[in-house]
Amino acid sequence: MPIEETVNALRVAFGDLPVSKFRGDTRAVVPTEKIYEALELLKEKHGFDLLIDITCVDYLNYPGAKDRFGLVYLLAGTVTNQRLTIRAFVNEPEPRVRSVASLWEGANWLEREVWDMFGIQFEGHPDLRRILMPEEFTAFPLRKDYPMQGLGERHNFPVLKRGES
Amino acid sequence: MAIADLMDQVVTTRLDELVSWCRKNSLWPMPFATACCGIELMAVGASRHDIARFGSEVFRFSPRQCDLMIVAGRVVMKMLPVLQRIWQQMPEPKWCISMGACASTGGVFDTYCVVQGIDRFIPVDMYVPGCPPRPEQLIQAVVDLQEKIQREGTMFGKEFYIASRQQTKRALQEP
Repeated sequence: MPIEETVNALRVAFGDLPVSKFRGDTRAVVPTEKIYEALELLKEKHGFDLLIDITCVDYLNYPGAKDRFGLVYLLAGTVTNQRLTIRAFVNEPEPRVRSVASLWEGANWLEREVWDMFGIQFEGHPDLRRILMPEEFTAFPLRKDYPMQGLGERHNFPVLKRGES
Repeated sequence: MAIADLMDQVVTTRLDELVSWCRKNSLWPMPFATACCGIELMAVGASRHDIARFGSEVFRFSPRQCDLMIVAGRVVMKMLPVLQRIWQQMPEPKWCISMGACASTGGVFDTYCVVQGIDRFIPVDMYVPGCPPRPEQLIQAVVDLQEKIQREGTMFGKEFYIASRQQTKRALQEP
């Protein structure tokens, strides 16, 4: 089944989606509130059984950008040998999106990473904790409004001296 | 037996110097290797560079058996509490070598999570520049540390309290 049929099926289900192609890869933008249904359809009916990655882009101060965060879902079909990129946009305050951890078990840690780095809430996630940064960290370090050198967290430790240690 | 017969069989020295001489020639390193510097550290221990020539070939992976910590590689926020704990688990007297640009200053990783030099949080005796340093550089650091131990080492660790005061002075200059 060519990728065009998959895209047409998506369009039938979710209206006229913006679709583009770049160097042979197809990308489709799905409404944020429909992301779970779209990915479920792709997984169950179109053979996209493998979730390669979930990641996010912060479009703060990006020329021409209308939304703050762009979520990226990279899908692949191991039987059909197809790839598809699904995108969805979320905005402040409280960026949230429905979790797909119930579709792909591997989405669990990927969503935790996006939460850790960008602060996007995944509703229905079984265990939404930080995965890379320490538990006591409060900021979301890959947001564009977070300074490159941090807010002093990396200096916030007790100093051990010779006499005491 | 006359005193004259003893002359070529007796050495007189200060106790501090004797103890320091013993200590400096059997440094047991604790390899705290977190990055590519760790690979060079392994090369230092292997046969080609052979740190056994300087008496510190016994790498122990338990801090309780070590007296020289070699921090090789970048240390991030999550790792620093581990580093401090391991440092505290080492018995006195103990020394620390900060190996490579990342351990000494953070190196190119001037980012939100990388500690900008371990000497901000634990005492360091020797800094080895390089990214990563050549094995010869680390051996030079060990030799320099041996000289330092011989020069200022004391039996009961008086030199560590002087170093503690200096570190307080340095810490006050930090931003």
